[in-house]
Amino acid sequence: MADNAAALLLLADGRLPAGGYAHSGGLEATIRAGRVHDADSLEKFLTGRAVTAGLVAGAFAAAACHASTKGDRVLLQELDPELDARIPSPALRAVSRSLGRQLLRAATAIRPHPRFNELDRTAHQPIVLGVAAAAFDLAPRDAALAVLHEAVAGPAVAAVKLLSLDPFSAHAALARLTPLLDQLASEAAKHADTAPADLPSAGAPLLDIAAEHHATTDMRLFAS
Amino acid sequence: MPENQEPRTRSLRLGVAGPVGTGKSSVIATLCRNLAGELNIGVITNDIYTDEDARFLRSAGVLPAERIRAVETGACPHTAIRDDVTMNLMAVEDLEQDFAPLDIVLVESGGDNLTATFSPALVDAQIFVLDVAGGGDVARKGGPGIARADLLVINKIDLAEYVDVDVEQMVKDATAAREGAPVLALSRKQQDTVQQLCAWVRWMHSQHVNGSHTPIDPGPMAPHFHADESGEGYFHSHDDDGAAEPAHEHK
Repeated sequence: MADNAAALLLLADGRLPAGGYAHSGGLEATIRAGRVHDADSLEKFLTGRAVTAGLVAGAFAAAACHASTKGDRVLLQELDPELDARIPSPALRAVSRSLGRQLLRAATAIRPHPRFNELDRTAHQPIVLGVAAAAFDLAPRDAALAVLHEAVAGPAVAAVKLLSLDPFSAHAALARLTPLLDQLASEAAKHADTAPADLPSAGAPLLDIAAEHHATTDMRLFAS
Repeated sequence: MPENQEPRTRSLRLGVAGPVGTGKSSVIATLCRNLAGELNIGVITNDIYTDEDARFLRSAGVLPAERIRAVETGACPHTAIRDDVTMNLMAVEDLEQDFAPLDIVLVESGGDNLTATFSPALVDAQIFVLDVAGGGDVARKGGPGIARADLLVINKIDLAEYVDVDVEQMVKDATAAREGAPVLALSRKQQDTVQQLCAWVRWMHSQHVNGSHTPIDPGPMAPHFHADESGEGYFHSHDDDGAAEPAHEHK
């Protein structure tokens, strides 16, 4: 483990004031569609999310961390349209940029660093997280791990508000997922210096559809 | 423009908090209806479910619809005004920029419990709204919002006779809980009380503009009771100015 792991814990902590608590990562719409209804189906949902959207976001965070550490502003800029191209749902793209803007606000406030000037204020969340990780001298794998953690911890905590579910079972699912997250973070980190166009592009069409349905639903608890 | 840079025109950011159903949206609609002719106003709503409050305000026609924006708080209305104000803060700043110069941005909290108050990182001043239908004893119970918001509104006083509440007594209890800070008995059906509300907001805006208003934080420790061996006890709060009471630690 890196000597500066405390900074990683800080960035990955759900208590970081960056607005993540208002989102369920597509879980609310998926529950409404009947595809998640108990602890087992929740765990399958989380696994699916980790290996698709989670891996893609993790790889982009790793690449952004790498580009920022190198000071390669052009490379950093190229990541943005490439991530756009991997998120077919306009609603999800908007969520990713909104969360990115909030994270940029929080990260800039808690750790002012010139690296943040290289970012557009509407940058995607994984890219902002990669740059924030670089600002804390963290490695690309750290950035990927933080993003992967958020990708499953957010929906798992939301599940307790959306289903009649024992909070311990939601966290037990997260506990069983930790080896997978580690493995995915390592895979994502291998792409830290991959050309942006060749970064992973695993898709989760049901998450895209769920996001579009959710955006037009009236009575919702979570913003996404 | 980079984040963290103050917008060119900084409005008075005025929070409206209080329990569910006490009339926060109605207070905001009343303010907009009466003040929109003299002050440039924007509104941010925080809903627990979707954007119902924003829709209510838009349909009330008290402001141009685009000046009313909803922030969704993911079932955590208290978090959005206190622990993690990022979403609301950015919404306020966006509104200030898009409609510059705004005089006042009203931020409506999602209805929550008696302990939810705005962080001074989000608003400059706050109104806490109770209503008579919630019970005449609520004001006496105190709590950070009741005791230390800049203004306490006791709403729907026209209903008092139907719910057996003595408005005068409720105002008296509230004034005592607030150590003399302002309390306003309000009914949107009684124009004199509406004018008092508007006068307070005008006054707060002028205090803000001339720099004489210092934001205060009502929270987080609520006034509370300590029992002692005699079976009696004492009720106190942890105000900085509450020097008369003995200091003690909370374990």
